[in-house]
Amino acid sequence: MSRTVPSILESHPSAGRDALIPLLQEIQAEHGYIAKDSVTAVGRHLGLPASTIYGVATFYNQFRFQPLGRFHVQVCRGTACHVKGSQGVFETMQRHLGIGPGQTSRDGLFSLEVVACLGACGLAPLICVNGEFHGGVTCASVVRILDRYRAEAAA
Amino acid sequence: MTAGGTTLSSVARLRREDVDRPVIYVGTGTCGLGAGAAAVLKAVRHALADHPRDADVVEVGCLGLCAHEPMLDVQLPGRARLCFGDATAAKAAVVVHALLDGSPWPELPLFQFRNPAVRPWDGVPFLDEHPFFASQTRWVLENCGLVDPASLEEYVARGGYESYRRVLHEWTPAALCREVERSGLRGRGGGGFLTGRKWRFALETPADQRYLICNADEGDPGAFMDRAVIEGDPYRLLEGLAIAAFGVGASKAYVYIRAEYPLAIARLEHAIARVREAGLLGQDVEGRGVALDIVIKRGAGAFVCGEETALIHSIEGKRGMPRPRPPFPAVKGLFGKPTVINNVETLANLPGLMRRGADAFAAVGTAGSKGTKVFALSGKVRRTGLVEVAMGTRLLQVVGAVGGGVPDGKAFKAVQIGGPSGGCIPASHLDTPIDYESLKALGAMMGSGGLVVMDEDNCMVDVARFFMDFIQRESCGKCIPCREGTRHMLEILEALTRHPRRESESLALERFQGVTCLEQLAGVIQDTSLCGLGQSAPNPVLSTLRWFRDEYEAHVFERRCPAGVCKELLTYSIDPDLCTGCTLCVAQCPSDAIEGEKREPHTIVRERCVACGNCVTVCRRGAVQVS
Repeated sequence: MSRTVPSILESHPSAGRDALIPLLQEIQAEHGYIAKDSVTAVGRHLGLPASTIYGVATFYNQFRFQPLGRFHVQVCRGTACHVKGSQGVFETMQRHLGIGPGQTSRDGLFSLEVVACLGACGLAPLICVNGEFHGGVTCASVVRILDRYRAEAAA
Repeated sequence: MTAGGTTLSSVARLRREDVDRPVIYVGTGTCGLGAGAAAVLKAVRHALADHPRDADVVEVGCLGLCAHEPMLDVQLPGRARLCFGDATAAKAAVVVHALLDGSPWPELPLFQFRNPAVRPWDGVPFLDEHPFFASQTRWVLENCGLVDPASLEEYVARGGYESYRRVLHEWTPAALCREVERSGLRGRGGGGFLTGRKWRFALETPADQRYLICNADEGDPGAFMDRAVIEGDPYRLLEGLAIAAFGVGASKAYVYIRAEYPLAIARLEHAIARVREAGLLGQDVEGRGVALDIVIKRGAGAFVCGEETALIHSIEGKRGMPRPRPPFPAVKGLFGKPTVINNVETLANLPGLMRRGADAFAAVGTAGSKGTKVFALSGKVRRTGLVEVAMGTRLLQVVGAVGGGVPDGKAFKAVQIGGPSGGCIPASHLDTPIDYESLKALGAMMGSGGLVVMDEDNCMVDVARFFMDFIQRESCGKCIPCREGTRHMLEILEALTRHPRRESESLALERFQGVTCLEQLAGVIQDTSLCGLGQSAPNPVLSTLRWFRDEYEAHVFERRCPAGVCKELLTYSIDPDLCTGCTLCVAQCPSDAIEGEKREPHTIVRERCVACGNCVTVCRRGAVQVS
């Protein structure tokens, strides 16, 4: 972990309210999630109650309050993916990993997240693992993809 | 960037009319990378490792033909640029070797680019003859996939920043607003308000500070136009932004972009830095006393932030909730100052509009809708991709001629246009011209431009449920009609598709009343919601009800799903007389729902079945039956 929350806050000395979301984004980019302490620290820095910070953070889908697993699996549930069968793919993944959306598997390997649209509809249905896109997935291929990552972690 | 010989003029070289030595272009937009462009690029670099001086490699944006990604283009000195589709690492290596030693190409290229300055290839169709491109009018996308998106020089060599310079030196803000209004350019983000008029409202409001916001929060599922434009031609957006800022009198502009588009953000950041170095941003641009600064704001993933006032709240660091209008943002917006919010495509239209002139712009399109519109064509269509057509083009042409129709011999059912605020248009209305009013009359809307094609295998009740589920989750919760109404609409739609065994008496009653209730609720939500998103939220349900009522009735009264999608209404079973126990389906079943001894008839355990349909696909004897 390279930068601590205080050092991130220090790099924005005269931040106003409009810096709130960028600050939270920076913290999450660094730590993978927003910890309870980060919320209060940001609140003190901006002179806002922690409840306001938490209220804003929970409004947006992007912010997480638990650490991510090693593989961040995003399942696109856009329209194009839906008409090409992403529902079945998503259900298969949940079964295969034994977790629901927003959860992390017990071994800390996989975190499953549903996103509204990854914006590569030409490749539907689509999943994205740690920023790597896998297009045209099926119920069968998605299991293979996940197993490949699992094997990668074991190696 | 290309280095090299001195035989070509620098402008011609930057315009890539001809090259001094071979150039290999790899399309590395998000969709290209998703399809494997990184491996192609690596293979190209590897193949060139021993001959680094023999060819240049350029990363370009997306040409728009997603169906054939990754794209690999090759240009030899004195010859037209060739495009190979569906590239793989192996194919890339063969192409590079063919290029280096002059051996024949491994396969016929998809097309070549028309260029009168160089010799064309025999027997290779031109880009404008390819069915995907033949009926397109590419104005906004003219550079996408052709230029190096990192290079400001290439953009300028193609006439970039000419319009902005002319605007700075020859126009006044008021005259510019009138000119843009006269061109008939309307907001491409969905609302369709006259862009020039919006600017004029902000310009005419007295204020010490005005803001311009570029809305790149492309939240509509099924839309990726903004991403492709920013990834493929970021300077066009920045020039459009600068022109708009001049017209509005704004000295500070924000680009509110989805955090889900990391590549677009990176390219935009790079482009802003380059433009700033070139003196086209700053305190005194071109010595004309005009100040302009551009700041990128990353969205944090809220669909409602596509709405103007919610977006403003989000930039201010608040929860992205809309507020009642008036006052409109053009009068009282960001930090209480007059603010104009324009969509990416609207802004990307401006450089071309000012170069061509308002009259030439208005000459394309219909009476009420001028210019072109970019669509993201996806779903059940042969050629998916980014399509730009003149307003007034018929939907049939986009789906049929450009998209190549529905694959696998299936029947076309509907096209969904406008995302969660839009609607589905059935086959019988495919000859509708694409313009704001005609689409509205059909219960759909232009929206931001997602076009998702559906075939006979898609259930329209399921599509309506999908959108209601999306809206219900994304509703900001501020106003009751949207928060509670969409939730209840979703519950009714779920009652229609719920398993008969799990249905209580009250749910059965709800099911029978469902369609009437849906229509009533939709009316209330439309009339009483606070913002545009709530008001348009029932559209997907209303349009499917209007055109596909028979499907709703089959769900309500017969408890069946004609398209076989609503799986709680389906049962999969194996015909013991046909099953040979080959275990193919067992291997393909993702949920271990198929049981049975080898060479004995198998059975499906219904409780575990996820109805993925894999067993139907793999069974060679047609033993799996769906009812």
